[in-house]
Amino acid sequence: MNKEHLKSIASQVRRDIVRMVSAVKSGHPGGSLGCADFLTYLYFEAMTEDSSNFSMDAKGEDVFFLSNGHISPVWYSVLARKGYFPVPELATFRKISSRLQGHPSTDKNLPGIRMASGSLGQGLSVAIGTAETKKLNHDSSTVYTLHGDGELQEGQIWEAAIYAAANKIDNLIATIDFNGRQIDGDVEDVLSLGSLKDKWQAFGWEVFEMDGHDFENIHQTMSAAKSKLGNGKPIIVIMATEMGMGVDFMMGTHKWHGVAPNEEQLTSALGQLEETLGDY
Amino acid sequence: MEGIEILGNKDTRSGFGEGLAELGAENENVVALCADLTGSLKMNAFQNAFPERFFQVGIAEANMMGMAAGMTIGGKIPFTGTFANFSTGRVYDQIRQSIAYSQKNVKICASHAGLTLGEDGATHQILEDIGMMRMLPNMTVVVPADFNQTKQATKAIAEHKGAVYLRFGRPVMPIFIKPDAVFEIGKADVIQEGTDVTIIACGHMVWKSIEAAQSLAASGVSVELINMHTIKPIDEASILKSAAKTKCIVTAEEHMANGGLGEAVARVLASNTPCPQEFIAVNDSFGESGKPMDLMEKYGLGASHIHDAALKAIQRKS
Repeated sequence: MNKEHLKSIASQVRRDIVRMVSAVKSGHPGGSLGCADFLTYLYFEAMTEDSSNFSMDAKGEDVFFLSNGHISPVWYSVLARKGYFPVPELATFRKISSRLQGHPSTDKNLPGIRMASGSLGQGLSVAIGTAETKKLNHDSSTVYTLHGDGELQEGQIWEAAIYAAANKIDNLIATIDFNGRQIDGDVEDVLSLGSLKDKWQAFGWEVFEMDGHDFENIHQTMSAAKSKLGNGKPIIVIMATEMGMGVDFMMGTHKWHGVAPNEEQLTSALGQLEETLGDY
Repeated sequence: MEGIEILGNKDTRSGFGEGLAELGAENENVVALCADLTGSLKMNAFQNAFPERFFQVGIAEANMMGMAAGMTIGGKIPFTGTFANFSTGRVYDQIRQSIAYSQKNVKICASHAGLTLGEDGATHQILEDIGMMRMLPNMTVVVPADFNQTKQATKAIAEHKGAVYLRFGRPVMPIFIKPDAVFEIGKADVIQEGTDVTIIACGHMVWKSIEAAQSLAASGVSVELINMHTIKPIDEASILKSAAKTKCIVTAEEHMANGGLGEAVARVLASNTPCPQEFIAVNDSFGESGKPMDLMEKYGLGASHIHDAALKAIQRKS
């Protein structure tokens, strides 16, 4: 792993995020910034996939599902920077007739996306389905998902959690963006999740915890998680993150969950994020 | 009635079960998921023959729909099985986002639809499912008429690329479609040609309409009877051709009038050649416990109701 390389990509991804949401004065910058490091790691270090020849069926390729679809800006930026589609297309985000819908969709054929998401709580079931198909196809690649912490309040997540443990879905690594915040406030105040680690362990999952902004720790933890694949248990990584990471005035609050920065705020944000790969 | 022969008596869900088991042998990409109703859905034969392709998900329908959507990635053709209520209303958002909007090749197979579920009562007797499913873009809606047709439809939808809602039921009913009949999605069956009135029916109501056509024939009324087994896409050409001939329509469905077959037909007529139409359907009401055929009578879905509606439609022509 080249930590400096990943850091420089993540910095550009963060610039893309704030520019995308600012341009259309809508979207979700907070969670997107918080997951920029992890998605950069996933696509530029962890996953085996073919960005130049996107295939819906993903045979022999690792698959990623974004269950908390509202952080689409970070996914779009990472996909574009990885080569799934032209980087300048990021400028169309949330605009009419764009392939970059507010929440990810398949119906406009944007390479890299295999499932719509936005209505929360559905991605874990989807990932388990794809994991089952990979097993039937004797395909040894891995399925990854990302979920918001607030999203875990949806009941379907726990239906899926029961199924995955009971059926030994061990070709799946789920991750939780544990930033502790949701639209109405802190998760602890809105609807406390109690101990996430205890819950997932009690549901029969192999649980890892990591710092979602420390590439060394991400690499170490994800490598350890990968080493547990095929051991008869589903795997989950609870990733501590800071909503708004990288932009000082967006951190430490839930208020930037779904609010775009104005011109002045954009200038301030971009001043904190190095342009490494060239703005679109 | 000429050309109509009772070939036996069976439930449509058993047609699904047989069709699914045959599909399992013919197409290794077919997989089945069930939410703790394997016996009720008659999925045991598939389960026993292809255990590695059968997925018992427990009482967790939302997870089942999401899993089915995910299983299509990699080329599988998932068939989900549970009651019609739990196949639609309970999981509408999962179907909407992960299957219909995401353009996934999932076959949602729903038994125990409508009043003929019987004694379990209104909690289980869904009468809104056709409406919910036909509103969804990318969704095909199929409601076969008898055991043989349900089996044929089960096999046909595996060949169709895209999401399908297949609706069938619990009661034992006469079989009248030939076992070797060809089922084509979107192409209505003309069960009988006639000149005075057209009855367009789906599901169990096709048999009820055959009974009505027989009593109408005895009264000197010539009925054209169409089995509209595909509600979406609806066979506009068949509707318009028959309406041009008989100039009045009765629709018959074991479903709410709101959103069902009748409204689908009415839209075709209103947009082309309006003509009198009578609706045999449940009128904005939940069902209740009772014997299936007693419920059909109480809620106005009996052969006599279709008979009377046909006479009324004919009267309205003048």
